[in-house]
Amino acid sequence: MIISLHLATHQPDPRRVSFLGKRTNPKMVTKGQADKAAAISRAPLEVTKLQELVYELKVEQVMTRKVITVSPDDSMRHLKEVLRVNRISGAPVLHDGELVGIITIEDLIKTLELGEIDASVGKKMTTETQTVFADETAIQAVNKFAHFRFGRLPVVNRQGKLVGILTQGDIVRGLLRQLEVDYHEEEIHRYRASHIFEDIVSDQTGLILRYKVQAQDFVHCGEAASNLKRALERLGAKPAAVRRIAVASYEAETNLVLHTTKGGEIIAEVHPEKIRIVAVDNGPGIPDTEQAMQPGYSTASDWIRELGFGAGMGLNNIQACADEMHLESKVGVGTRLEIVIKL
Amino acid sequence: MTLGEVANRLSLSVQTAGEKLETEVTGGYASDLLSCVMAKARKGNVWVTLQCHPNIVAVAVLLELAGVIVTQGMSPDAATLQKADEEGIPLLTTAHTTFTVVGQLTQLGIQGTE
Repeated sequence: MIISLHLATHQPDPRRVSFLGKRTNPKMVTKGQADKAAAISRAPLEVTKLQELVYELKVEQVMTRKVITVSPDDSMRHLKEVLRVNRISGAPVLHDGELVGIITIEDLIKTLELGEIDASVGKKMTTETQTVFADETAIQAVNKFAHFRFGRLPVVNRQGKLVGILTQGDIVRGLLRQLEVDYHEEEIHRYRASHIFEDIVSDQTGLILRYKVQAQDFVHCGEAASNLKRALERLGAKPAAVRRIAVASYEAETNLVLHTTKGGEIIAEVHPEKIRIVAVDNGPGIPDTEQAMQPGYSTASDWIRELGFGAGMGLNNIQACADEMHLESKVGVGTRLEIVIKL
Repeated sequence: MTLGEVANRLSLSVQTAGEKLETEVTGGYASDLLSCVMAKARKGNVWVTLQCHPNIVAVAVLLELAGVIVTQGMSPDAATLQKADEEGIPLLTTAHTTFTVVGQLTQLGIQGTE
């Protein structure tokens, strides 16, 4: 079975990796795609949803609890009926409640060939039984299947008592079930987010999102705008409006990074019909706001311009995206930029 | 034309997000001034620039660009590469100048965004 082979040869524990990637929403990529990506780029190890699940799911969550067993004193003829009636291809052998072996259809065929159908199960069974523990993760079982190539593994608890039986099919079904559960949960989250304004009744419902922006932090510049964009997408805002908000908030954020002494804040007030974005800082302030609004007017230093900032187009971009814009500034006090974009 | 085909035809070196090369390229834009890119580039565009600091990734994410071609042998630093991988933005590098790359893109039928 392909799935087990792929999963079996896997990387380090993804629980260790997942926080590095900081992905809240792991993408569904196949092993093949992930390898290809790693080969041509320096992509950080990406963990698929399936890989994550196989490390999370416990054997007891996917195993079959109702186990059909036989006794060592049963005849192989009896076993044949048990397998036929239950449509199974093997069964654990229990003696006084203790697991003593496993017997399969293969053993039955060999017995038939030898004409020994009345021999006892105890004589024909495999006694060196491989088992998995109920509290082990699915990946450990997958590895065992890949290594021993068995069709089934008896599941025991830590006291050695048989509590279930596991096939590779059980694991696949368990994974699919879990994927479906996770998918539904994501759907529900999305639904809830996009219906927040309909579900919550008040005279005026607004959602306030606040982002702190550090001065001179070029590495994280743009994150507030990205996070705001993502939030609005989840809230179900129209793509065209989201784009204008993204551009305007990015430029406002860049201004805080480039020009303020102590950084500032971006506060987005989301209403059902509009969004108000306010960018505030405590200085140094703009001496002439009218001049600052002129396209191409920039006070950026040469090295900042070399980075591609300071084109003198930021405020113009904001104005082009906004339905309303107010800029107030006082030297030595600070600047307040307010824009409104209709949703 | 997909970004992967563009990378192939122009012999670009894929530095990040190699799993995102199936994106259809909707057009192109070239500038080194980020605010100009913010104003002009459109979703699905390929952006040609010689800037290679982390903020090019932020711009590409916000505009949902197909990818960024970094020209003239500039090599994005580790922070830029890491951010691009995290955000799934393909960064492609080439030794050619911006002018040459834009010419090649035009020959492939990729139109400039006006």
